[in-house]
Amino acid sequence: MDHAEGPEAEIVLRLAGMTKRFGPLVANDAISLSLARGEVVALLGENGAGKTTLMNILFGHYTADEGQIEAFGKALPPGDPNAALAAGIGMVHQHFTLADQMTVLENIVLGTRPLWSFNLGKAEARRRIRELATGYGLDVDPDRMITELSVGERQRVEILKALYREARILILDEPTAVLTPMETDALFATLKKLVAAGLSVIFISHKLGEVQSVSDRVVVLRGGKLAGERVTSDATRRELAELMVGGQLPVNEIGPPTPGATLFELRGVATRTMGGAALKQVSMQLRGGEITGLAGISGNGQAALAALIAGTLEASEGNIIVHGETARHWSPRTALDKGLGRIPEDRHATGMIGDMSVAENVISEAYRSPRFSRFGFLDWTAAASFAGDIIKAYDVKCPSPEARVRLLSGGNMQKLILGRALDGNPDIILASQPTRGLDVGAVAYVHARLIEARDRGAAVLLISEDLDEIQTLSDRILVIHRGHLSKPSLRGELSVMELGELMAGHGVAEGAEHAA
Amino acid sequence: MTEAFEILFTASFWVAAIRIASPLIFATMGELICERAGVLNLGIEGIMVAGAFTGWFTVYMGGDLWTGVFVAAMTGAMFGLLHGFLTVPLGLSQHVTGIGITLLASSLTYFTYRILLPEVTSPPKIEPFQPFAVPVLSDIPVLGPALFNQTPLTYLAYVTVAAVAFVLYRTPVGVAVRAVGENPSAVEAQGISVTAVRIGAVMAGSALMAIGGAFLTMSAFNSFFFEMINGRGWIAIALVVFGSWRPGKALIGAILFAAFDAYQVRLQQITGGIIPYQIFLMMPFVLSIVALVVVARRATYPKALMIPYQKGER
Repeated sequence: MDHAEGPEAEIVLRLAGMTKRFGPLVANDAISLSLARGEVVALLGENGAGKTTLMNILFGHYTADEGQIEAFGKALPPGDPNAALAAGIGMVHQHFTLADQMTVLENIVLGTRPLWSFNLGKAEARRRIRELATGYGLDVDPDRMITELSVGERQRVEILKALYREARILILDEPTAVLTPMETDALFATLKKLVAAGLSVIFISHKLGEVQSVSDRVVVLRGGKLAGERVTSDATRRELAELMVGGQLPVNEIGPPTPGATLFELRGVATRTMGGAALKQVSMQLRGGEITGLAGISGNGQAALAALIAGTLEASEGNIIVHGETARHWSPRTALDKGLGRIPEDRHATGMIGDMSVAENVISEAYRSPRFSRFGFLDWTAAASFAGDIIKAYDVKCPSPEARVRLLSGGNMQKLILGRALDGNPDIILASQPTRGLDVGAVAYVHARLIEARDRGAAVLLISEDLDEIQTLSDRILVIHRGHLSKPSLRGELSVMELGELMAGHGVAEGAEHAA
Repeated sequence: MTEAFEILFTASFWVAAIRIASPLIFATMGELICERAGVLNLGIEGIMVAGAFTGWFTVYMGGDLWTGVFVAAMTGAMFGLLHGFLTVPLGLSQHVTGIGITLLASSLTYFTYRILLPEVTSPPKIEPFQPFAVPVLSDIPVLGPALFNQTPLTYLAYVTVAAVAFVLYRTPVGVAVRAVGENPSAVEAQGISVTAVRIGAVMAGSALMAIGGAFLTMSAFNSFFFEMINGRGWIAIALVVFGSWRPGKALIGAILFAAFDAYQVRLQQITGGIIPYQIFLMMPFVLSIVALVVVARRATYPKALMIPYQKGER
């Protein structure tokens, strides 16, 4: 990639001393950065480092407490998305801002014409969209509904929205989080074309590999502060990682597995849909002493599978076999009774009850047991001491067992869930997205505990959209696509690209329909 | 039995059906606009009462009929502004606020009526809109008089449906209204104010509801009675769902409901007291429940309906 930086390069965007506070939390602390014409700057940092906050200020979603923004030599008025758009700044949000029941074209022209006019100018818009799409490799049909599009296509629509408005600066917030490896490559190819056409790009990410392959310069944020700035080609991966984490990157050692008996099995199971694809004729086996990783793009049936195993979704066909016995009636309670440790996908929605105390939350799966109740009355002393044990053993930072769970950080909440799920050494563990939104330290901690459980003989199912995580932890890997499972592959058997092909639905199981 | 069937081919039956449908069409289009913008407007019942009164009262005080319609629309828009202000920037519960608006608007109307007309025992009358036969078209057998021998307000109802459909699907402001009901952050990200679009849509929708109310006092009847709206607002809310939030389908729903209503009155006369008349009164409502169950189960509702939008939250 050709480098456009250097003292003579034209600076298109300058942020000076940006500070933003949310109550006592300083999300951005005097951050300055600049962007040159035709340059890709990566904004690297962990979750919570302040990357998204900074970009939301730039785009006018938030108003900064201090600091100035200058775009193309002119000061940008704060708190006004319109001013940012007019100045040629386009943002592709991590959570897409598209109206689902509308066409691609309608989403793109929204706001580009005076509201009070009798004409949408569809023909002209269609022509321009096609032109931009072919020019930059952003193939998408302007007349399709957003609901019919894949995630990758939706992202292309977001980029087209910015280009249609003649954006000269494009901000991409964690753009690859939802993409398959192939789609990621296509995105990078598009970015190269954009930069060649003179646009500038800010690429927000926490993935080192991507940052290295796509950017000219890296700006690292840590804890809301500027941690460092490097020319990408001069920086090593390790150096960037240490800037990001502020020390050594924790590494987990994982030894060879010692597979035991099959503890949990699904045979030809189908379900109804559950916010994404339904399961169709799914069979899988979880063996003791092994971590089985389930890879796939969000919405392909992971939620249904997790709900099925946890007992909250009924199977319409097929059998669930636990410890060699067919389970007749599978409910959340039988699942827990049969020794399932559950780490739910959404900590806040199905993991913990925010307005209840730590003690109440940790006994919520076991309050019926004689350990916590006598003759129908809860034993609060036992509950508090159990909560205290978890707090100590899992290093949860919280004021007391009486504290409301809502006040805990994501990482500490997850440790609490781990403690609750792993207490009593369950031999089947369902871990859905166990590290989503956690910082590197907490991720390493969660991973270490899962490996520990596997080494003592538990069967672990790890459901994750992060392919790195799947590849690091899993002894066997399954890929889910539109409710179908691929054949299992062993650790290291398939490359990232091969797994990506499976995630995109090439070669997954019987009768998987192919995307148009 | 054949008698019951023959009703369907009489012109008077269809004339009545279209007349009954007219206020429902206004109200349904009004509610549809609000909901398309993501705001449920349960104030509809009260707003219709208020519109029925202010339109009628304007004419009673010597105003022109069309001035009355305009005043009714403005009354609706003002209550819409209140509902919009409470539910959009303040983000209050749309259910609670809407019911509050209904109670406020109807009570305020009855109160005002009593204050302004303390002496009257029987409600005073006005000279309402008269039917106007569209030349040629009204000569078509059965459907001609039904569709084209109506009052000008009914013709306005037809135009309203076409206008709502055109604006929603063919103009930039319509795209913005639909988008704000689907995903407000999409609108915000394109530099349009979510608050302005939503409040504007609620005001426009409420104005239509009020015209629907005014139809009753200024076209169907010639004076204002208490309880004259009689649940038509709630029916409009069901019709929006029945119509899957589409103007054309909602129009069909309104006409269908009105036809049931007109039919049951005639059926009562034929059966001559063998079947209790309450059964007939119930019929349009039962049929609309059945229709809702059949039609609306798969309806794709606006994604952001009833979800308040706070800038800066994700």
